[in-house]
Amino acid sequence: MLTIAGRVFRSRLFGGTGKFSSPRVMKEALDASGCEMVTVALRRVDLANPQDDIMSVLDRKKFLFLPNTSGARDAQEAVRLARLARASGGGDWLKLEVTPDPRTLLPDPIETLKATEILVKEGFIVLPYMNADPVLALRLQDAGAAAVMPLGAPIGTNQGILTAFQIAIIIEQARVPVVVDAGLGAPSHAAQAMEMGADAVLVNTAIAVAGDPVRMARAFAMAVEAGREAYEAGLGERRTDAAASSPQTGLDFLR
Amino acid sequence: MTQEEFNIPDFAELQRLLTASCDKAEVHRVLQSDRIGISGLAALLSPAAENLLSQLAARSARITAKRFGRTIQIYAPLYLSNFCTNRCAYCGFSADNKIDRRVLTMDEAEQEAMILHGRGFKHILLVSGEAPARLGVDYLAELAMRLRNRFAAIAIEVQPLEEDDYARLFAAGITSVAVYQETYDRRIYAQVHHAGKKCDFDYRLATPARAAAAGMREVGIGALLGLADWRLEGLALGMHLAWLRKHYWRTALTVSFPRLRPAEGDFQPLVKVNERMLSQLIFALRIFDPDAGLLLSTREEARFRDGMVGLGPTRYSAGSCTAPGGYAHPELTGEQFSIGDHRSMQEVCADICQKGYDPVRKDWDATFQIKDGGGAMSAASL
Repeated sequence: MLTIAGRVFRSRLFGGTGKFSSPRVMKEALDASGCEMVTVALRRVDLANPQDDIMSVLDRKKFLFLPNTSGARDAQEAVRLARLARASGGGDWLKLEVTPDPRTLLPDPIETLKATEILVKEGFIVLPYMNADPVLALRLQDAGAAAVMPLGAPIGTNQGILTAFQIAIIIEQARVPVVVDAGLGAPSHAAQAMEMGADAVLVNTAIAVAGDPVRMARAFAMAVEAGREAYEAGLGERRTDAAASSPQTGLDFLR
Repeated sequence: MTQEEFNIPDFAELQRLLTASCDKAEVHRVLQSDRIGISGLAALLSPAAENLLSQLAARSARITAKRFGRTIQIYAPLYLSNFCTNRCAYCGFSADNKIDRRVLTMDEAEQEAMILHGRGFKHILLVSGEAPARLGVDYLAELAMRLRNRFAAIAIEVQPLEEDDYARLFAAGITSVAVYQETYDRRIYAQVHHAGKKCDFDYRLATPARAAAAGMREVGIGALLGLADWRLEGLALGMHLAWLRKHYWRTALTVSFPRLRPAEGDFQPLVKVNERMLSQLIFALRIFDPDAGLLLSTREEARFRDGMVGLGPTRYSAGSCTAPGGYAHPELTGEQFSIGDHRSMQEVCADICQKGYDPVRKDWDATFQIKDGGGAMSAASL
């Protein structure tokens, strides 16, 4: 069972609410995915009229809404957005996204760390989106992040886990759950993340823009389960340093 | 920093873990893996791995070369005092033993250090028995302030201290702390520690974490081989390393492998640990933790230490004397244990070179931690 900040999740697939062709398709796909937490871009939500937007389509009893600060360019903007969202009844959970470069949407490590430090102190449950930098992951955990969310590849690129080597280190060193987020373009990518030992994955684009989002959502759900099952069953590890045969090492000196 | 404390399972449970990992196929599988967990370590420590020792050695050598290059770091111990308030069955300094006791004055300690400096040592390890009234934090802080600009790094192996003591010593110029649990087996621990503060197993066990929390750059752990089952000590060491890495990721870690040698008192090792076993332990830990420094001291004989160059260990002491004041006065008695490798520093370095490795005399710098300009003592910072 996955636990983040004391809350138990039965599904290790988290969803996103962006990029769908319609609220109806979004609802059907997310329902089909079995996920229990979905991100919602605060910039898409009219905080003055929350009942008027995409969120009203989803059953709050089924999904934990995770507001995200996508669009924020620096810590101050992200913190402002977070405080506003909470004040409007958005709860304490927050996906922190500080992405100053609109072309790549890559997260700013320095602003993300700064914002995490501030928001944790203010009682937020912070899940920071980050590049797959193992030292940054440790710094964010030290600052009190409830989970870390390293990217597989930049948002929307569907490239899969380009950052596998670093994610493996992050997973090995982590003291909080690791959610691989962004860049997962196919169910096999999600399965790979889970086989590596990730605690969960977050998928948005690949489901939202699929030919049949509902079927794709189901496919991702199955892949996440398969990957986790394989991980728990104990995958044999693959060797990366090639050595044709083990050379014999002289130990004649031993008594 | 963290509420959790490290704890070690009962040795009966470690034995179950060892037995579960115990076949040759498992050892082969582990040798093929990139990163091995505790059960992999157990396989490498198990009897099943004994006949695959040269393969363990080869793997250990490859990992060591990749991570450390073809180098061995050289250091020297500097014994400051053999006063001790503990009664430990196995140690020459035990309060029970009638030996010549002395604690060096500050000037004597400095003189000993400068002899080592003259020989070319840049890394020294200050060692003492555990007698806080004779040698405490004030002494160590003052000595550190005197020596810190003349050595690359100063380590201490003294009585377990509190976190704020370590913080104070770090500010004074101590870089690393070695504290060996001696044995991770609670039952045997109680058996060999008869009196003194050292009887507190848990306090000692939590010491590396306190040193790390205080900001020490490096922490050293170890078990005295010859007390409890060496395979299980190996597992415990692996667990301790993994825990420290998880909770104190900024702290460098080392493991030492002191093996019981003839000492004052009539203590005989409770279990036999021969060189093959010691080498299996070293190889297994190297494969389990590619990044830990592994120390082989002059307790071991020259032939053994020479043979092990490149196979896993990364730090060698040389020309050691374990009696306080013994560098200036070699005739002095009151040693902690008798030495196995009598080579001088020059000889050790020459032999390391002969094997195609570089004896590294300096691998740190006072500048890393000394914030003020020079060697002047700043009372306020102490």
